[in-house]
Amino acid sequence: MAQSNKPIVWGPFAAGGTITAFLTPVLILLTLLAALGHAPDLFAYGRMHAFAGHWLAKAAIAGTVFLSLWSTAHRLRITCYDLGVRADTLVAVIVYAGALAGTAASVLYLTRI
Amino acid sequence: MSRNPYVREIPKFRWFFRHPRYLRYMAREFTCIFIGAYTLLLVAGLSSLSQGPAAYQGFLDWLASPASIVFHVLAFGFSLYHSVTWFNLTPKALPVQRGEEFVPDSVISGAHYAGWGLLSLVVLVLAGAF
Repeated sequence: MAQSNKPIVWGPFAAGGTITAFLTPVLILLTLLAALGHAPDLFAYGRMHAFAGHWLAKAAIAGTVFLSLWSTAHRLRITCYDLGVRADTLVAVIVYAGALAGTAASVLYLTRI
Repeated sequence: MSRNPYVREIPKFRWFFRHPRYLRYMAREFTCIFIGAYTLLLVAGLSSLSQGPAAYQGFLDWLASPASIVFHVLAFGFSLYHSVTWFNLTPKALPVQRGEEFVPDSVISGAHYAGWGLLSLVVLVLAGAF
């Protein structure tokens, strides 16, 4: 049987595309409301700290960050190819490593909360 | 003896302006830049949250800056475009067969749109945005 690593790369991309399709618009709306000064206690320190302190929220945040960054990385890789960058292996290493680094950083921050 | 393969010349950046379909495709692919940047913004927020109230207040102050608001408006538009293109593709990715017939495309993508609306509403209510 032919071996392929495509499902490993493509699986988190599809999952990330789905989770960002469902979740990202409303999250942007929430931070935009906070930025515009609507409902100032929406992102109050105590409230966010308590929310991000729960283990279930930590897992959900880390998972969402990983899937969002991975699907971004995968699309960015394809877009680089579309724009004529033919060094696909190099691009793939850079974007996927970036996604993993962002995830590792968020896990580190979460352990400190 | 092998001849050199024929490589068609493709302009690196201009090709997607040749047809509206290419432009829509590229717009869809460019949504990832805004979604990725927004995710990094959230990671920066997490970082400030882990450093205490003063650092977090700094993050909130930056959030209220004009650059942040412009970015939010752009990112909101692109993220909506991502959601719409993603849900419109769901009938191709998840075809459902009932007996001999396939469930109509509009039902499958419609169910995703309904779930999206409901979830967004639930998040807004839980966050206390109303």
